[in-house]
Order: sequence, then structure tokens, then C-alpha cells
Amino acid sequence: MLEVTINRKSYADRGGRPHVALAGLELCAAPGEFVCVVGPSGCGKSTLLNAVGGLDHDVDGRMRIGAPGASHETGFMFQDPRLMPWLTVLDNVLLVGGQSPEARERAINLLRAMELGDVMHAYPGRLSGGMQRRVALARAFVIEPAVLLMDEPFVSLDVPTANRLRGMLVELWQRCRSTVLFVTHDLREALSLADRVCFLSPAPGHVVLELPVDLPRPRSPEDSNVAQLYARLLAEHPEILAGLADGGAGKEQ
Amino acid sequence: MRGAADEAGVLLMSKLRKAPRLSMPDVGADGWVRLASLGGFLLMWHVAAMLFDSTTLPAPVVVFRRMLDEMLSGLLPLHLGITLARVAVSFLLAMVVGTAIGIAMGRWRQADLLLDGWLVLGLNIPALVTIILCYVWFGLNDAAAIVAVALNKIPTVVVTVREGARAIDRGLMQVAQAYRLPRGLTFTRVYLPQLYPWLFASARSGLSLIWKIVLVVELLGRSDGIGFQLNMFFQLFDITGILAYTLTFAAVVLIVEAVGLRPLERRLTRWRS
Repeated sequence: MLEVTINRKSYADRGGRPHVALAGLELCAAPGEFVCVVGPSGCGKSTLLNAVGGLDHDVDGRMRIGAPGASHETGFMFQDPRLMPWLTVLDNVLLVGGQSPEARERAINLLRAMELGDVMHAYPGRLSGGMQRRVALARAFVIEPAVLLMDEPFVSLDVPTANRLRGMLVELWQRCRSTVLFVTHDLREALSLADRVCFLSPAPGHVVLELPVDLPRPRSPEDSNVAQLYARLLAEHPEILAGLADGGAGKEQ
Repeated sequence: MRGAADEAGVLLMSKLRKAPRLSMPDVGADGWVRLASLGGFLLMWHVAAMLFDSTTLPAPVVVFRRMLDEMLSGLLPLHLGITLARVAVSFLLAMVVGTAIGIAMGRWRQADLLLDGWLVLGLNIPALVTIILCYVWFGLNDAAAIVAVALNKIPTVVVTVREGARAIDRGLMQVAQAYRLPRGLTFTRVYLPQLYPWLFASARSGLSLIWKIVLVVELLGRSDGIGFQLNMFFQLFDITGILAYTLTFAAVVLIVEAVGLRPLERRLTRWRS
């Protein structure tokens, strides 16, 4: 589970003046819940994930990750794959998964299941963008994370590749029962993945609307019920959605 | 000044990267050109020696025969071994210290500000001065010799490694942080590999710089090693001896680079190909 309270997070902008990225943000996720955070670009989505993921400690707020007292693993998937180019695919996964024989076996099985068995010993530089993301996804799941943070992990991929990766993500999530916090500016993507969507305001960002999504899985951003929900939201909350990029249509090319 | 030094480091790197690889075993068309060029040099040398017919320019055959004699007498291997040991120790010392300082300066602005002046000074002090001062302050011993050589090399290692440390990919470091990798693992698997190209650039230029300085150090204050022998031959005007020792030493350094450094570099940067 995940409980995030951020009273205030600011950083110096290019001119050196403080820029308040987040203020009065509260967010929680039940164990095993898939929460998408949607907001216009520049509303502090990445800032939020960096704070939750422990990449940024200069935050006025509180995080509670995982059950109290229990040890937990946190996975993180970035916008770009960020694989170590000098490590093979398998070694990239083992880097976070550990070097024990059991960890190795788990990594190999996971890579095979994700259809990466053939490129296990290749260097990431030889793989396509889509395959690199798949390796990054494997790296995130090899530790069987209690909490998985994802920062627009499927941007700049073509539609079929992105959809395939989304399918894999949902499958792995259902098997691992991780709590997922998935940040995106693509509302259709959010609707096709999430149990619940949280909408952020423009900076300073805070949650302005929460929307449970109980459409049956598997879903795809092109499904008609996703499109219906999208249209309904657009009609009901034009002000909230004004700053969002035009979902799947405009950007996944 | 610093800019110039940095540029030199970077220039050096790009030059080294592009440097044609003279590899012994796989002799292709390039290899034959290389061999022909080497043969041409020997031929010119031989012709010149015949024309001048002077003891100050012995023919290649004479030099090679002398090389063999010195080898068999055991004298050349002895001095060569001593010199190589000095090269190895001062090379390692310079690389380790220079890398540590370079990383610190590339990473922390304060360290960079603090040490930059020293660095410029270090880059510009003539090798001879460092050597003389080390001998005067620490005595005519091996420790002083090695420190003198290392001190000459450290600043150039620092300049190159600092450039590498500045170019560290923050995104990859964040991966290590997000997955809470232990510090040791982060350093060896995430941080250090990013520095390999820079480390190899300074290692290669370092080796060629160090073996030249070691000879000067030996000439000035040691009673053994190739540099000492060269000085002796100079006193006796024994040019054949000088050439025999020099060629042997240069050949050994080339071999060390070809069978040691270059394969290691290829192994560690395999992923680039």
C-alpha cells in the first residue's frame, strides 16, 4: 500500500526563482491497486514519482510505502528504458534482482515469459526501443515489487508496441499483486489500465478528481467502453481535462 | 589555461579513439602497408649507415646483433626488468590517485574549485623540476623516483577522468538509486563502466608518457635501469648500445600495449560494437 502526503515541493527554476511544483497533494493506493495519475505536462507528475521513489528527499511531506514494519521492494520504470548499455539483458535484470542462483533462475524464466529469451545475452544497444522497454519492465518485476512506480513508461512507442507492453504490464501486475502508481498525460492510456484515475491540477499540482474505473479487463485504449468513458469525462469535466494532451490520437505516432 | 588543458585531454581522447589499430595477427591489406613502411624505414636506416660509414650511426644489423649479445649476457633483461617494475608501480600509482582526484573534481564543484589551481600548476611544472625536487627532498632512492614519475602523470589523468566524471549519466545513477542498489555495486556496475573510455585514454597516453619519464629519472639518480645504462653508453659514446636498449624497450612497451591494454579495453567496451 501507499500513502503520500506532500505539503509542498518546490525547486529552483531556470531563472533561479523557486517554482512550487506540488502543494497539498494527498494520494493513497490500496495494496494491489493500480492507480494512474493524470495531469497536464509540467504539473509535477515526475516530481511526484521522484519523491515517492526516494530519488528526491528535499520534500515537505510524508510517504508510507508498504505495510508498516514489513520489508518491501520498490520498482521504478522511467520514461526512457535506462538500461546499462555495458550489461547484457540478463545482467541488467540481475543487477537489481540479485546474483543468487534462485534469482538467476527467476530472471531467466521471466525473460522467457516476456519473449526475451533469445536476446538474453545481447547488449541493449542492439535491441529495438520496444524491446528495451520490455527489458526495463522485466527489470521492474524481477524483484516482485510491493510498489511499482511508472513514469510514462510507454511514450514515444508505436501504438501496437505500446498496447502489447500494456498487456504485459497488466498480466505481470495481476500475477505479482503489486501496488502500481502510473503517471501519464494520456487519459485513454490511464482509462485502459487503472483501477482508479487521479487527476492533477496544473502546478502547483494536487489531486482535483478521483475516478474509479471498473471496466472489465483486458482493455485497450481503443475499446469502445474506454472511448465512451473518455467522452463522458470530457463532457462532465472540461475544465480539468483542458490542459491534457489529446489522448491517444495525437501523440502515439 | 584550464580550458586548454581540458581540450588537450579531450583531443587526446578522440585521437586515441580514432588511432588506427596496429594488430599483429590479422594482417590484412592495412597490415601489409604497415609492414612495408617498417621495412622501408629499416632500409633507409641501412642505406644511410652505409653512406656515412660512421660509428655514430651503426647499421641495423649491428644494432640487432648487439641486442642479442646484451640479451644473452643477462645485462639487458636485468635493467629492463628493473625499469619495467618502476614503470608498472608509478603507472598504477598515478592511475589510482589521478582517478580518485578526477572523480572527486568532476563530481563536486567545491573540490573542483579547490584543486583546479593545483592542477594547472601540476600540468605546467616541467618533469625535470619534479624529479630534481623529489630527489633533493626524499633522497636518491626508488621511492623518490616513483613518486616523481607518478607526480608527472597524475595531473593529466585527473584532467581526462574529470571530463568523464562530468559526463556521468544522471539517469542511470537514478536507476541505481531507485532500486536501492548497494554502494559498491552502484560504483562497479553503474558508475565505473561510464568512465572506462576515459580511463583507457589516460592509461594509454600514460604508459607512453611514463616510460619516457622513468628513463630521465633513472639517468638522474639511479644506478640501475635502462636510463642509467643509456647514460653510461652516452659517456662512452656507444651509440650501438643506446639504440639496442632503446629499441628493445620500445618493443616491450608496444607489446604490453598490444597484448595487455588493448585486449582489456576491447573486452570492457565490447558492448559498443
